[in-house]
Amino acid sequence: MDDLMTVVDWSRWQFALTAMYHWLFVPLTIGLSLIVGIMESIYVKTGHERWKRITKFWMTLFGINFACGVATGIILEFEFGTNWSNYSWFVGDIFGAPLAIEGLFAFFLESTFVAVMFFGWNKVGKGFHLTATWLTAFGVCLSALWILVANSWMQYPAGMEFDPAQMRNVMDSFWDVVFSPVAVNKFFHTVFSGWVLGGVFVIGVSCWFMWRKRHVAMAVSSIKVAVWVGVVGILLTIWTGDGSAVVVARVQPMKLAAMEGLYHGSKGQSLVGFGVLNPLKEPGNDEPEMLFSVDIPKGLSILANHDPESFVAGIDDLIAGVSIDANGDTINTVSYAERIARGKASHEALRRFDEAMAQGDTAAMDAARADIKKDFPYFGYGYYDDPKDLVPPVGVTFYFFRVMVILGGFLFVWLVGMWFAAYRKPTALENKWICWLGILSIALVWICSEAGWIVAEVGRQPWVIQDLMPTRAAISEVQSGSVIATFWMFAAVFTAMLIAEASIMLRYIGKVTKSNDEF
Amino acid sequence: MIKRIQKAARSVWRFYYDGFRNMTVGRSLWILILVKVAVLLLVFKLLFFPNVLQRDYPDDTARAEAVRQSLSHPR
Repeated sequence: MDDLMTVVDWSRWQFALTAMYHWLFVPLTIGLSLIVGIMESIYVKTGHERWKRITKFWMTLFGINFACGVATGIILEFEFGTNWSNYSWFVGDIFGAPLAIEGLFAFFLESTFVAVMFFGWNKVGKGFHLTATWLTAFGVCLSALWILVANSWMQYPAGMEFDPAQMRNVMDSFWDVVFSPVAVNKFFHTVFSGWVLGGVFVIGVSCWFMWRKRHVAMAVSSIKVAVWVGVVGILLTIWTGDGSAVVVARVQPMKLAAMEGLYHGSKGQSLVGFGVLNPLKEPGNDEPEMLFSVDIPKGLSILANHDPESFVAGIDDLIAGVSIDANGDTINTVSYAERIARGKASHEALRRFDEAMAQGDTAAMDAARADIKKDFPYFGYGYYDDPKDLVPPVGVTFYFFRVMVILGGFLFVWLVGMWFAAYRKPTALENKWICWLGILSIALVWICSEAGWIVAEVGRQPWVIQDLMPTRAAISEVQSGSVIATFWMFAAVFTAMLIAEASIMLRYIGKVTKSNDEF
Repeated sequence: MIKRIQKAARSVWRFYYDGFRNMTVGRSLWILILVKVAVLLLVFKLLFFPNVLQRDYPDDTARAEAVRQSLSHPR
């Protein structure tokens, strides 16, 4: 068991490392592709050559980021096959179909038009070039869509039926997979947060030029575009974030409870604005939940249900079987003890199916198949004996949720403030403290973005597929030593690459800073 | 028809050839990309990241059986 948990933990760390590294590049690609598209549109509309030069500068940074991000996602697929083979098999074509579409169509679209973007200046017409730029931006979003659809299915499995003969989930409704409430919300939340990141990045780099008093006109023009993208992005991110909370309350209430460190819910439930969790608090004990907190009255009820008087379930409530339904009404659902029992019953039925299959007894196979189907919604619970093991890491989920929200709040204020500075009081942009805050905010927006993913992924533990497969069952029969070794190899290679990639970007910005070429 | 295809292919080749030749920042990037792809695909994938089920079992029936055994007999 110890070795199993070592393999699980190190495989999770390895996946987290590679996913977080990949995520350094994706949101900037999403955000910068939009900003570059807007800048080039201004150039085509006005015909001013300075907008062409501005576009080319940001397009080069987009290209550096795009090139650095290429292939970083492939590693995740390697890990599926090696470390997570049970999971890879079990998800069947549900994961494969969106990823295949991503690989064949979206990436192809992106890659083709990226070449026109970079090599096509002076070779193709302005209109064609602009179209290529926008199609690249569209392709980037399309790539994100399919990856996020696959991820959303893991948070909310829909549109499939489990086939015990193949041991795979077989897709029976592509549209239920693509248009699940989780997928729709997650896609827009992710894309809009990419706009925020792109906007903050452009403002931050422009602040660098302002601080160095180099290419000031270019920097101000860039900020004027970026603040629009950033402000619209942050407003839409907040809106879709609110949608995410409602969806999570319905389909992953345990995640919401962990995000709040909430064990005993109530009607008119307050939201913890900021607080310190009690480390002695565990499910079922009488310790207070928080050592200290600043609460927003009725905030969580509003966030989860858009109703200040509604009930929000805590961890102990959910374990006991109290939850809310799709309308936000309090209901008595299946307790975790019963879910565990029904999960074990489905495992037993699967063993019977296996024996019947070996004997060629089709009647017994059909009977076992029906029993598996009856309890399949709780299949994953059968791997546990104690409901406490089904609670996600509350501390990580709670604190990173606050990191995301507090930094998101800062970014909202920052972007709105920069909008006013850019359009109402441009002299403020020359203030060295504003310039430094702009440069610092580049790091903050990435921390915010990564924190969002940590909340989403840690908050759904122990599940790799919600309710159906825990991480410990998803793992391959591999040696812990090989997973640990490859983790450190990845860490070393990624660190070296990140340094190389950041230095290329910084060298280019430095070169432009020193250059006397006019913008 | 064949001449037209050949002409189009030459244009596409020329487009990419000139594009790559005239790159400035792009040269370092391409070196980085090639090193990265080589390390990931040739070293990591070939040496350290086999597809366990494909390596250990001959066909899909055997793989399904292996996963069924693993999932119905929790470790």
